[in-house]
Amino acid sequence: MTAPMTAPAEQHPNAATSTPNDTADPAGATGWEHTHERKGFFTDTSICIGCKACEVACKEWNRNPADGSLELLGSSYDNTGGLGANTWRHVAFIEQDAEQIAAARASGRRLVNLGMPTLRTRDVDTPTPGAPTPGAPTPGAPTSGAPTAGGPAAGGPPVDALAAAETLGDADLTPPDTPEFRWLMASDVCKHCTHAGCLDVCPTGALFRTEFGTVVVQADVCNGCGTCVAGCPFGVIERRDDGTINPPTERESPAAGKPIEQDVPHPRTANKCTLCYDRLVAGDQPACAKTCPTTSIKFGDRADMVATAEQRVRDLHAQGMTEARLYGANPNDGVGGTGSVFLLLDEPEVYGLPPDPRVATKDLPQMFATAGIAAAGMIAATALAFLGGRK
Amino acid sequence: MANADCIVIQGSNMAECHPVGFQWVTEAKARGAKVIHVDPRFTRTTAVADKHVPIRVGSDIVLLGGLIRHVLENDLYFDEYVRTFTNASTILGDDFADTEDLDGLFSGYDPDTGTYDTQTWAYADADGSRRGVPPTQPAEQDPTLQDPRCVFQVLKRHYSCYTPEMVEEVCGISAADFAYLADAITQNSGRERTTCFAYAVGWTQHSQGAQYIRTAAALQLLLGNVGRPGSGIMALRGHASIQGSTDIPTLFNLLPGYLPMPKAGTHDTLDDYLAVIGSKEQKSYWANADTYMISLLKAWWGEAATADNDFAYDYLPRLTGAHGTYQTVMSMLKDEVEGYFILGQNPAVGSANGRMQRLGMAHLKWLVVRDFQLIESATWWKDGPEIASGELKTEDIDTEVFFLPAANHTEKSGTFTQTQRLVQWREQAVHPPGDAQSELQFFYELGCRLREKLADSTDPRDRPLLDLTWDYPVDEHGDPSAEAVLAEINGFHTSGPEAGTPLSSYLEMKADGSTAGGCWLYTGIYAGGINHANKRVPGSAQDEIAADWAWAWPANRRILYNRASADAQGKPWSERKKLVWWDEETGRWTGQDIPDFPADRAPDAVPDRAQGGPAALTGTDAFVMQPDGKGWLYAPTGVVDGPLPTHYEAQESPVPNPLYGQQHSPAQVMFDRRDNLMAPLPGQAGAGVYPFIFTTYRLTEHHTAGGMSRWLPYLSELQPELFAEVSPELAAERGLEPYGWATIISPRAAIEVRLLVTERMTPMSFGSAAAGNQRTVHQIGLPYHWGVGAEAHIVGDAVNDLLGITLDPNVLIQDSKTGACDIIPGRRPRGPELEELVNDYRRRAGLINAEGRMTDKAHQDDRPGEPWDTAPEAQQGAYTHEDDADAGADVDVANRFHEPEKEEGSS
Repeated sequence: MTAPMTAPAEQHPNAATSTPNDTADPAGATGWEHTHERKGFFTDTSICIGCKACEVACKEWNRNPADGSLELLGSSYDNTGGLGANTWRHVAFIEQDAEQIAAARASGRRLVNLGMPTLRTRDVDTPTPGAPTPGAPTPGAPTSGAPTAGGPAAGGPPVDALAAAETLGDADLTPPDTPEFRWLMASDVCKHCTHAGCLDVCPTGALFRTEFGTVVVQADVCNGCGTCVAGCPFGVIERRDDGTINPPTERESPAAGKPIEQDVPHPRTANKCTLCYDRLVAGDQPACAKTCPTTSIKFGDRADMVATAEQRVRDLHAQGMTEARLYGANPNDGVGGTGSVFLLLDEPEVYGLPPDPRVATKDLPQMFATAGIAAAGMIAATALAFLGGRK
Repeated sequence: MANADCIVIQGSNMAECHPVGFQWVTEAKARGAKVIHVDPRFTRTTAVADKHVPIRVGSDIVLLGGLIRHVLENDLYFDEYVRTFTNASTILGDDFADTEDLDGLFSGYDPDTGTYDTQTWAYADADGSRRGVPPTQPAEQDPTLQDPRCVFQVLKRHYSCYTPEMVEEVCGISAADFAYLADAITQNSGRERTTCFAYAVGWTQHSQGAQYIRTAAALQLLLGNVGRPGSGIMALRGHASIQGSTDIPTLFNLLPGYLPMPKAGTHDTLDDYLAVIGSKEQKSYWANADTYMISLLKAWWGEAATADNDFAYDYLPRLTGAHGTYQTVMSMLKDEVEGYFILGQNPAVGSANGRMQRLGMAHLKWLVVRDFQLIESATWWKDGPEIASGELKTEDIDTEVFFLPAANHTEKSGTFTQTQRLVQWREQAVHPPGDAQSELQFFYELGCRLREKLADSTDPRDRPLLDLTWDYPVDEHGDPSAEAVLAEINGFHTSGPEAGTPLSSYLEMKADGSTAGGCWLYTGIYAGGINHANKRVPGSAQDEIAADWAWAWPANRRILYNRASADAQGKPWSERKKLVWWDEETGRWTGQDIPDFPADRAPDAVPDRAQGGPAALTGTDAFVMQPDGKGWLYAPTGVVDGPLPTHYEAQESPVPNPLYGQQHSPAQVMFDRRDNLMAPLPGQAGAGVYPFIFTTYRLTEHHTAGGMSRWLPYLSELQPELFAEVSPELAAERGLEPYGWATIISPRAAIEVRLLVTERMTPMSFGSAAAGNQRTVHQIGLPYHWGVGAEAHIVGDAVNDLLGITLDPNVLIQDSKTGACDIIPGRRPRGPELEELVNDYRRRAGLINAEGRMTDKAHQDDRPGEPWDTAPEAQQGAYTHEDDADAGADVDVANRFHEPEKEEGSS
């Protein structure tokens, strides 16, 4: 069973539409009765070695075309640039000097000690362990993942870049051997949002919420309109072109390499990570998590992932690595929390992640209300004008 | 490694080059271990380490020697361990003289041949005469460790000048960083804690590679970090099953199981051979080498191997000289080699001095390349760099080239032997496509066809081929059963009631021909007729030793010399680090791992030394493969370039050796040739022409010379272009633009690269500020995966073309880590102008004269003699080959070839 993350007494300012159950079971929240836990990733960037095995395993399993330009990107060891139609796992490489490390450490400490932007405590509205949660399986029902009774590991606060928690109390925050330089590596992936912009705006129903709480495109339904591309606050989903990849002819290399000839499945449709839906239904784990040699990419029930992530942040903070913080674990952020949770060692922007992602449809009710008021005002003004004209 | 409390990774970029094995470093770190990376560069390994200690390339012996001195001077060694298990108390014979006495040379040096008479390094006879005796015989001991001639005191004196100040001066490592490292390893050693070292080709690929590892072995022995959980020196091998290809070797000087190849003149009869290799005087299990060797001969020649013909010993070839890969290329250039098989290798890109490799191949009559792809070694005759420059013309090359497609690892069954000797079985997943074949099938069929052609021959020289046991069951595609080969390697009884039954241990091998076995170290892998390499009980279903996952040689033992995990009385040093121990009740060694010791030898046993062999091992002789049963702090034999590691500068180092007058390793192997020019020595005129040091390495995204990555789109896009890594300081000094082009020129070649200007590269200081001789040494990093050709998706200049050939005399590996070069902005010239650029540098450096001939100064090897015939007889002594992990290397080839200028026409 799942335990929802913090159930806030005070709503996060951005959290107009979230409820705890959405985050615990976004599929159930849509009215779909099923018996699956919400699945997700915990990507712990603090133990990533940048081997890119996740990128390759993902492309191999999903038969995604290579799409690099076959030229140095000019971005340290990163030559694929970012997530896109064909690259569903992407490893970023960021080189930082001592000043940037100190700033990251200070910003992480602020998140903890000042509790910005909100302070919440875990004991508020945390469900009693064992109590059934709507939308979650009943106790004793078979689940595909490890048992999660009791919710997150005892006692720990969530520590999130988007909404931090209370202080760590007596934790020793003495920094470890302070390096003069560091090289951050982080494997990015689709966030599988609780409130998924791509899903919300898809006009054809090609995007759907799976029983695992993930968001998947059906290539045979997608008409390639591209609305979802604008709907994703993370810039993850992309329309696949049908071009083949050739080594640049302008490069004047000593000799040109041989062109790459490859199949391009589902051209002109929207593509993104499926969290290996085809492997999940077969009881296996996603290809990237399976191949990751250092367990930097973990896969499992989202509630377990968040609990593991929170414990890891506490451990790192206890070692003085106050730069550690979570991304996507907060159910009150602009997307209702993400299925893919990350442990970052600096501000999200450093990794190319939006600091405050908001689902595009979040403001729809307010926009409708505003538009209604505006329309009413215009009607009133028109009426006034006519009324005035009578004079 | 997961059990280590501290891991020092030095000479290795483990996270990048061994990412799967690195999970155990990650695990150790999660359990609280400290991870320190000592490396010239800040790499992906450094990124997840606790501490980076930048080091000037080629100075590792000074750092490790400094740590040895620190441990000895401050009494931080594990006293009880050192006294119990090492040769610290052994007294040396009177003939030995140290480098401290001879300004960088040991006793026994022959300046004519550049070799040592290792007999001068011998232990002192137990009779008190101080006469030298081989380590197979009893030696004089001083248990108080006070005698100035005992190993402990000799060691202390030898490293007394390796002070922290010297470390700072030579390695560029600050006193604070040195103290951090010294504290980390000493605080994490002893009864309760262990430190582990990991190295790879960053240590081996130097002209003193074996000595780097010896230094670490001595340090680990002093700290009590051998044979215990989380201890040791992890030799990270270069590819899948490179360990396997030294166990069952593809090396010219070894037979399976580290039995040396017989040498003409010294090993003429089987008795001659066995007297040297398997002396019954010694304590170790090498005393049984007769059973290993005769079982091997029986496995190969079956019925034809009888006691009457010395078990067909004369069917084996005899070595008459060194036949390493580089000597072979020199022979090709002299038209002494007709044909060449290339399997699993791409020497046109992957070997040092690539131009020499390609030109050598152009002298062949025929060349067979078996690979997955049309690698550069198969296409250099039509699209190589010499074709582009006009130096070679396709129509002038007489070499007939055959390309045969090879099956990859998913298309054939067999084993991989990985870095910690674990032999893992691999099932065939799919049948190979088209004409592709497994190596097994190719060689089996080749053998069958050759035997067919010779079937009627009466020439005695054809007997070895005709008498071979060459009968393996084949599947419907003609592919022989890999399991049948494994069974032959394991061995079996050839006669008696058990005839045909697999052997279960090498202890069952006999010297009378009643057993056969292809590699004694692997005996037991097929015990009971079961393929133990194919055991797949998951780690979650067994204890941490995981004895039921695959099979580790020898005897499925996971940690070698594990008797040392218990104290002299046989009790574990601590509960936390227990592994095997003496069980009083049963009178046997027991524990989590399989004990590496005679099972019933009591800890206090002192058997009669005279009986020799394993029976003579005392209860504390934990190092059961050493002739004296001890871990060697000092190697009286087995290493040809010195009994104690000593720092020399690399051949192309830009700085003088501050420790001794001897600049280079006096025993290194050199090739003094026009096509293998070396940069001028420090202080010579022209020394500044090649002011920088380049060091080569690999990236996670590629596989060595690229044959398994540059043809794959998914890997090509990840690292598409050759680049050099340079520091911002060097970029500023030379006007290099980030991600722009640059040309790198060495005395051998010039290549073009893109630039990664990064703080991950650190300029190193050399010398002492106080003495006013401090200078900066800039280091350039070069991954070597690219090559010039037309078949791969991504191409680029071959970095190894820059390298010269200087070899370690123990194992003949090349120095790939310290080359001299210059770097200038912009792309390199095309066509004949490229060679003109290289020659311009050579002229300015004074290496060639106006006519293009080598100058006197360019002849840097002043040792005129031929070393092969005078090479000392080596002692067989350890399990592993080029990267001996524990104590006592097994190396046996000392040679150096010195050639006059002959290649004028090709330059």
